[in-house]
Amino acid sequence: MAGLTGRMSTVVKAKVSKLLDKAEDPGETLDYSYQKQVEQLQNVKKGIADVVTAKKRLQMQESSLQQSVVKLDTQARQALAAGNEQLAKAALERKNVAQTELQGLDTQVAELEDQQQKLTDSEQKLRAKIEAFRTKKEVIKAQYSAAEAQVRISEAATGVGEQMADVGLAMQRAVDKTENMRARADAVQELEAAGTFDDVTQLGGGEDDIDRQLKQLSSAPAVEDELAKMKAELGGGAAAPQISAPGPAGADAPPAGADPSEAGQAGESGGQA
Amino acid sequence: MIVRISGEGQYRLDDADAQKLNELENGVVAVVEGGSEDGFKDALARLLDYARTHGTPLADDELEASDVILPPADISFEEAGREFTGEGLIPD
Repeated sequence: MAGLTGRMSTVVKAKVSKLLDKAEDPGETLDYSYQKQVEQLQNVKKGIADVVTAKKRLQMQESSLQQSVVKLDTQARQALAAGNEQLAKAALERKNVAQTELQGLDTQVAELEDQQQKLTDSEQKLRAKIEAFRTKKEVIKAQYSAAEAQVRISEAATGVGEQMADVGLAMQRAVDKTENMRARADAVQELEAAGTFDDVTQLGGGEDDIDRQLKQLSSAPAVEDELAKMKAELGGGAAAPQISAPGPAGADAPPAGADPSEAGQAGESGGQA
Repeated sequence: MIVRISGEGQYRLDDADAQKLNELENGVVAVVEGGSEDGFKDALARLLDYARTHGTPLADDELEASDVILPPADISFEEAGREFTGEGLIPD
């Protein structure tokens, strides 16, 4: 039995016997293992809290990216309406990158949600087993001789120890996943810090470094498609001439339907691009 | 026979189910050893479903050690490759 089954059982048995070897007196052993179990339960709680923290961080990034998508879409429309196709394209490229990152984050948040649920279930099971062990240890202490008690402790402790090892495994897997996600969260943050999702109306006349990189990052056909779609939409309406051009001419009047907060953001995030 | 599905919980199965369980596990091992991910999820799901459907869940406060510990349902093909070896789940 050398498969996963064998390995896990061996690890559990080794842990339990190590625990039992620490104390000579069965009564002492019982109290000691119970104390260890309670400590472990605290660690599980901390582990769950870490998963929740990681999830919250990703969710905050998600909502910030969602805002960027809306903002950049609005700006692309404004730019196109003003006849500035170059600027519209730049906005759509940025939007494209933001959307790609957003999809990745969605998957990861769902995965963390799942991990959190599983750990919470495991924690409840472990708590129930520890509580059962506490009751059982009092019975064993009161009713059995030292030799007999040793056997019964071993059985009961293995039952708890196995659940503990299982939670430990689930925790380890959750930590591994969280580590991977941290890398992604950091990457998104770097893109944000570099101004990747910033206001395009802050761009100067010349193409900057970010724009060159973005062109490589975002898939050109998707951007072209969306640009064509936007053109068609705008071509259908007569409202276009009323929208003033953002950029050198002044971007003071957001079009109807634009989020009022966009105007404020446009002013604040200058100089980063 | 007590079977644990890792990350899920323990089930009490009839001792007669051991052979079928062993066959299903050998099926998973064969897929993993074949090196192709095709069929891995199905084979694993069949193994775990067998334990779930033929077993009765143990109460949370029962202090029983498992005879068999099955891998978690969301184990990846790569993880399984590291965890499984050529031998079956249940010793002869």
